[in-house]
Amino acid sequence: MSDTPSDRKYLQTHEWHQTHGDTVTLGISQFAADELTDVTYVSLPKVGQTFKAGDRFGEIESVKATSDLYTGVAGTVTEVNTTLDSDPALVNREPYTGGWMVKLKVTDPAGLEALLAVDEYLKRIRH
Amino acid sequence: MSSPTTGPLKRTPFYDFHVAKNAKMVDFTGWEMPILYRSIVDEHEQTRKSGGIFDVSHMGRLAFSGKDAIKFLDHVLTRNCAAMLPGQSRYSLVCNEAGGTLDDVIISRDQKHWIMVCNASNREKLMAHFHAARKAGDFDFEFADNTASTAMVALQGPKVIDRMSEILPGVRDLKRYGFESGTLMMLIKYTVFRSGYTGEDGIELVIPAKLAPMAIKLLGGKEDKEGATLRPAGLGARDTLRLEAGMPLYGHELNETTDPISAGLGWAVDLNKAFIGAAALRKIAENGPARKLVGLELEGKRIARQDTPVVSTDGKVIGIVTSGTLGPTVQKSIAMAYVDAAYTDVGTRLGVDLKGTINPATIVKLPFYKRA
Repeated sequence: MSDTPSDRKYLQTHEWHQTHGDTVTLGISQFAADELTDVTYVSLPKVGQTFKAGDRFGEIESVKATSDLYTGVAGTVTEVNTTLDSDPALVNREPYTGGWMVKLKVTDPAGLEALLAVDEYLKRIRH
Repeated sequence: MSSPTTGPLKRTPFYDFHVAKNAKMVDFTGWEMPILYRSIVDEHEQTRKSGGIFDVSHMGRLAFSGKDAIKFLDHVLTRNCAAMLPGQSRYSLVCNEAGGTLDDVIISRDQKHWIMVCNASNREKLMAHFHAARKAGDFDFEFADNTASTAMVALQGPKVIDRMSEILPGVRDLKRYGFESGTLMMLIKYTVFRSGYTGEDGIELVIPAKLAPMAIKLLGGKEDKEGATLRPAGLGARDTLRLEAGMPLYGHELNETTDPISAGLGWAVDLNKAFIGAAALRKIAENGPARKLVGLELEGKRIARQDTPVVSTDGKVIGIVTSGTLGPTVQKSIAMAYVDAAYTDVGTRLGVDLKGTINPATIVKLPFYKRA
């Protein structure tokens, strides 16, 4: 797990959040991708949809299981990763890069403060 | 993602092999089993194209012998055992009086005894059922549980028979659902069955538990790398393989309130003989089942999991999904479901309710996959 990036923050439900200015990019951790096994489908929102911190923004399916996807920050969708429609397994191969899911324009940065730093996230999934 | 159980998990004789292969281990009905080694899809395709090695030692292995063994087995099994010849195996159901399914098993007739392979989760329940039935019917026979003293491995895939013929010369001539016993390298007593649960040709091999770690190396476990003929495959791939092959899984398509006629397993039920559940099953067969197990093909890539409601085009709930996956070989979202008999014609347009979103689905013929 030493390769879990420290340049982003996490929810206990395994979503990572990387901020660039007023935009945050979301995806899921390698741990979550490994737990799900081969991802077969990622259901993502439409550009323009808005979410509050803690909202479900999508759903991810694998051969083994289906899981909800949550955002830890409030925002408006500015971009979704459409590559995942044709290549959902990209989430397994590149969870921190090519397998990103949505970009949100942050409407209330308060949520970011409550997210977990990488050490804290790793501590929780290890227990 | 694994369900909690009480007490320590049981391990098979291949446990160290799984750990050495970096398997992801899970609690499968009280057994610590490999769900996958590399990826479910990889292991699925390896099995379809070449060969997969599956630890199935968790499954129950029971032996029956003695004067009334045949009579007893014909009393508790749906299959006609008296008509079986030594060296033959048959798929069969064990039912309760109401015709509900207690388990699905493979029964094999050897020269002097019978071997039954049952589901891991049902072994203790079946043993209790057999003890009670023996007492009630005053049958004179012995039965033993050989699960702990033996190991069982399934080798499945189009290249398995050629490869295994190098070690077990007899397998090439074994008929489908035939079996034989022998000694390997003058040391390993084995019983080999030409059967499996993947839709591929292959074998299932029972060997003494103590020799299992050595045997798995001999069987190709050591050459495990990209391009190898045989590679380990976990329970995840076993599930997607059996589902594509349209084979029922106990706890999904079968349980104590589902009967084999409705499950489309009438071919494994001999209604002309007396057995526990026969009267109830005859009635179901005469009246026609109220609901039947069908294959569904979903539009798109969403997966309908167990307990997903099946709806008619006018929105009525008319069934329930028992298993579903995105078939790695068929490349389609497939499911098995119990559906009201009026809606079971192949080609019928239905829907599955995925948390409020109705996803179109069509009834298709089972199996979803048939090997060439």
